[in-house]
Amino acid sequence: MAGALKRSAQIQRGPIRRRLTDLWRRVKANKANYLLLAPFATIFFVFTVLPVIMSILLSFTHYNMLQPPRWIGWGNYIRLFLADDVFLIAVKNTFVFAAITGPLSYFACLFFAWMINELRPKLRAFLTLLFYAPSISGNLFLIWTIIFSGDSYGLVNGFLMRFGIITEPIQWFQDPRYMMAVIILVVLWLSLGTSFLVFIAGLQSIDKSLYEAGAIDGIKNRWQELWFITLPSMKPQLMFGAVISITQSFTVAGHTIALAGFPSTDYAAHTVVTHLIDYGSVRFEMGYASAIATVLFVTMIITQRAIQYLLRKMG
Amino acid sequence: MSLRLRDRRLNRSAGGDVLIFTVLAICAAFMSLPLVYAICNAFKPLNELFLFPPQFFVRNPTLDNFRDLFVLMGQSWVPFSRYISNTLLITGLGTAGHVMIASMGAYSVSKHEFPGSRLFSEMVVLSLMFAYQVTAVPNYIIMSRLGWINTHFSMIIPAWGMSLGFFLMSRFMVQVPDELLEAARIDGAGEFRIWWSVVMPMVRPAWLTLIILSFQSLWGDTGGRFIYKEALKTLPYALSQIAAGGIARAGVGAAAGLIMIIIPVVVFVYNQSNIIETMSTSGLD
Repeated sequence: MAGALKRSAQIQRGPIRRRLTDLWRRVKANKANYLLLAPFATIFFVFTVLPVIMSILLSFTHYNMLQPPRWIGWGNYIRLFLADDVFLIAVKNTFVFAAITGPLSYFACLFFAWMINELRPKLRAFLTLLFYAPSISGNLFLIWTIIFSGDSYGLVNGFLMRFGIITEPIQWFQDPRYMMAVIILVVLWLSLGTSFLVFIAGLQSIDKSLYEAGAIDGIKNRWQELWFITLPSMKPQLMFGAVISITQSFTVAGHTIALAGFPSTDYAAHTVVTHLIDYGSVRFEMGYASAIATVLFVTMIITQRAIQYLLRKMG
Repeated sequence: MSLRLRDRRLNRSAGGDVLIFTVLAICAAFMSLPLVYAICNAFKPLNELFLFPPQFFVRNPTLDNFRDLFVLMGQSWVPFSRYISNTLLITGLGTAGHVMIASMGAYSVSKHEFPGSRLFSEMVVLSLMFAYQVTAVPNYIIMSRLGWINTHFSMIIPAWGMSLGFFLMSRFMVQVPDELLEAARIDGAGEFRIWWSVVMPMVRPAWLTLIILSFQSLWGDTGGRFIYKEALKTLPYALSQIAAGGIARAGVGAAAGLIMIIIPVVVFVYNQSNIIETMSTSGLD
């Protein structure tokens, strides 16, 4: 009775006031949830959100890390789009790179995770390790420099020359014509990482009774099973994989630097993040580097939103 | 019917099994190259390491590289066990704390609607997309304001709040059926209790995977950004210093590289076989 009276009093107090009290009531009702979230949220805000906000603010300044930042408004962004032709090369390369490695690595992760899941349990753990090996062995992807070595002793050059396909060795990591293709190959080879493990875990989390039910409902083979049961059951993991693919394919830099050098010949393997590293850690123009990071951030958000929308549309 | 289900896996043709196995075996041979190369290199004598053209496999395996490495370890200015214990402390505390804190938070936002819950999960996803290279300076400023430069806090605490683990755990927790949580609530369990004894056992594959990922990144962390005191430095740092001694140290470097890989591989194999065990005990085969 008292509650009802209180409630009617609240309604009379006007919509904003009422909404606020309503919000407060919901906050209080979820006290336990806020407590569970608090430790993570605190650390996340201090070490992730705060630095990101500071970087975005820095992108509107001139900051050389020695003198205090000086506010220059949109200056960095104007320079980035109108006066920096290397940036445009980097954008083009990054888009080519992301458009190829993003989807391919995503489907490779899914495909291999699913295939491995088809095997008997004992083989599974072992094969997972072999497929994950490139991701666990640090900078050993540098063995690709032996395989694609630019002299005639390089494995690929030697092979092509023996069969008379080429007459002189190709400088795989120096020639702008081949650089991008070889790096894409290496990155794809490295791509069975986080998403791959998450897909494997996702496949293990599917309720096994669904498959029995499916068999009774007339599912005939493993392809139908994959399409009608497995994929719909692991939608959250598929979404996770999409986000990881976007972030990884848009931010490739370390591998191109290690393989093709920094800067690469004719900027043929220059990506947005190598451009950012150039300005951030070589030229100490932190404000400008932050502007590059912010542009990249917005681009990735738009891409992610678009993909999320498409995935929803497909059901 | 039920007997047949137990005997054979559903909807599986023998031909398909053979095909899948063959494709996987060929690809696996290709993918395992770096691991094989790392093992071979660690056992190569110095003259084989510098052979030109380079050789992939080892011809005369030797343990010299490991012997030299242990001699060098014994000579370090800070006792070598110190580097090992630093790395074990950082990796152990960092991984355990991250899995706990991230999955606690992930449970609260993925299984409840409350003011700010949606916004928070969105922010975590977005934070994955910001290039970390430019946040290095702000991060340093925050660390120094906190007075955490030259402490292990600077490596452990940020690891607890990594977005990736939170995102991963919340994606798996979305799938836990609400009826189970409701049943536990009726039985009088509090939210913390439900998280720990109902939700966590159900998403076991998720946190076993997260342990692998977190362990691997912390284990390889040299701590170069925030730690400058020698006695606080980590194993990868110490080993890279030993390996950086020029051409004569190439063999030692290869041995050190193998040692750095072995521990994550052991954690990986242990966790992966546990993930799979979850299935074989509850599944059909």
